[in-house]
Amino acid sequence: MTGVVVVGAAETTELGKIPHLSQQQLHADAALNAMADAGLTAKDIDGIATAGERPTDLAYYLGITPTWVDGTSVGGCSFMLHVRHAVAAIASGQCTTVLITHGESGRSGVGRSGYPRAPASLAGQFEVPFGPMGPPTMFTLPVLRYMKDYGMTHEQLAMVAVVQREWASMNPRASFQDEISVADVLNSKMIAYPFHLLECCLVTDGGGALILTKADRAADFPQPPVHILGTGESVETPMISQMDDLTSSRAFKVAGSFAMHDAGITHADVDHLMVYDAFAHLPIYGLEDLGFCKKGEAADFIWEQNTAPGGSLPMNTNGGGLSYMHSGMYGMYALQESVRQIRGNAPAQVKDANVSLCLGVGGMFGASGCIVFGKESK
Amino acid sequence: MDKPTRNLPQPTPETQHFWDGTQAEQLLLQRCTKCTHTYFPPRPFCPSCSSRSVEVYAASGRATLASYVINQRPHPAFDGPYAIALVDLEEGPRMMTNIVECEQTPEALQLDMPLEVRFEQVSEDIKLPLFAPTRVAPAGDASVGETK
Repeated sequence: MTGVVVVGAAETTELGKIPHLSQQQLHADAALNAMADAGLTAKDIDGIATAGERPTDLAYYLGITPTWVDGTSVGGCSFMLHVRHAVAAIASGQCTTVLITHGESGRSGVGRSGYPRAPASLAGQFEVPFGPMGPPTMFTLPVLRYMKDYGMTHEQLAMVAVVQREWASMNPRASFQDEISVADVLNSKMIAYPFHLLECCLVTDGGGALILTKADRAADFPQPPVHILGTGESVETPMISQMDDLTSSRAFKVAGSFAMHDAGITHADVDHLMVYDAFAHLPIYGLEDLGFCKKGEAADFIWEQNTAPGGSLPMNTNGGGLSYMHSGMYGMYALQESVRQIRGNAPAQVKDANVSLCLGVGGMFGASGCIVFGKESK
Repeated sequence: MDKPTRNLPQPTPETQHFWDGTQAEQLLLQRCTKCTHTYFPPRPFCPSCSSRSVEVYAASGRATLASYVINQRPHPAFDGPYAIALVDLEEGPRMMTNIVECEQTPEALQLDMPLEVRFEQVSEDIKLPLFAPTRVAPAGDASVGETK
């Protein structure tokens, strides 16, 4: 246990297509909703962390005078790292109440900065010239290797999307709610062989925010506290071509094992799991790198409905990046779903969700952050 | 020459030797003189043992196909769907590249197939290292396509 709790959590009022708000206002909309959730105003916040926008911009825009600032930006899991850093900052007395914000005009592109890869960077020299066109052609690159080495089939990869749509069908805020079959996935448009459209994440607008404080203040807030039991983080490489092992994420392993050890939990303690799913293979890598499945067995585990509604390890219960929403830096939405599940107010609520593990990815297997949440302080 | 619409690399002082090498149709790697680790992409120190004592040497140009995707979306520098590939060099390092002299289909692109380097002039200053399926050795010529 870390002695730090989540006392405020909210997403933007709308999700999906929000062309009438700039990216900065998406941050602010989520932040204001989280403050309302916690019964706080900007005057009560003394720590701020964000990625995608500069913390200076957000602190000024929201009217926050922080004694602690974190602008760690390692991609979609930056918010997991912010949670981890905030835990340390609160525990050491650098601040008392931290706001973490995310907002991204991923679909509408209103006031959004791009992700240039400078031609003099290593990626600019040794990857970009060979024609990758964004994540669908890079994040997906290791998968044929995994399929050959471990015998995973195209049908098994497609099943990841099918199961997540099953969860999304229970979530009124999910972008896509109609159930789909393996055949539907395999018949959807080919984006970058072997990936079909329905195996790639959505591109939407939205945001989310969290407010963290000391556990001994938890009784002062309207929502039941969600305890942060353990945290982990790591980075591996800015270049997908340079992963240590094309069938495993080193950052997942480092962040995941640290967080579980930090929390003092075993796999059997985990009631609910979130694994950032920008593409259909990520939950497979995540299940194995976290140690929930042996190497090469995660596709069968998902195929046998273990992560589906009613299964032994409910995973990506909001519908995930494949069906719920994906603005670009999805990590915040995975954290929000873990918090909802522990609070007990998720649209597809898991019974007896006492411990939730949330694994994020940044870049393309470039970084990872892992947070273990609990109903009790343990 | 390739169409001029590829995004071109901009060499830095630490990588200039690599791009000078491809201009001379050599694939240059670096090796630590202390721990013998061979690595890529270039940098003037060993990422395994942190030694600054490293040397540049010419790779064999032989590789195998580690993984790939076939991008279906149009790219101005490519005609139709094209493979973005990862190849494992015989010397150990892995690199991103394109596969040439080969159909860009799952049937033609078999993982672990042997490949050999080609150099394609894409601008006045830059030749990119691309890879082609290893040619079948003509009778009596053991030096082409040989494997250890």
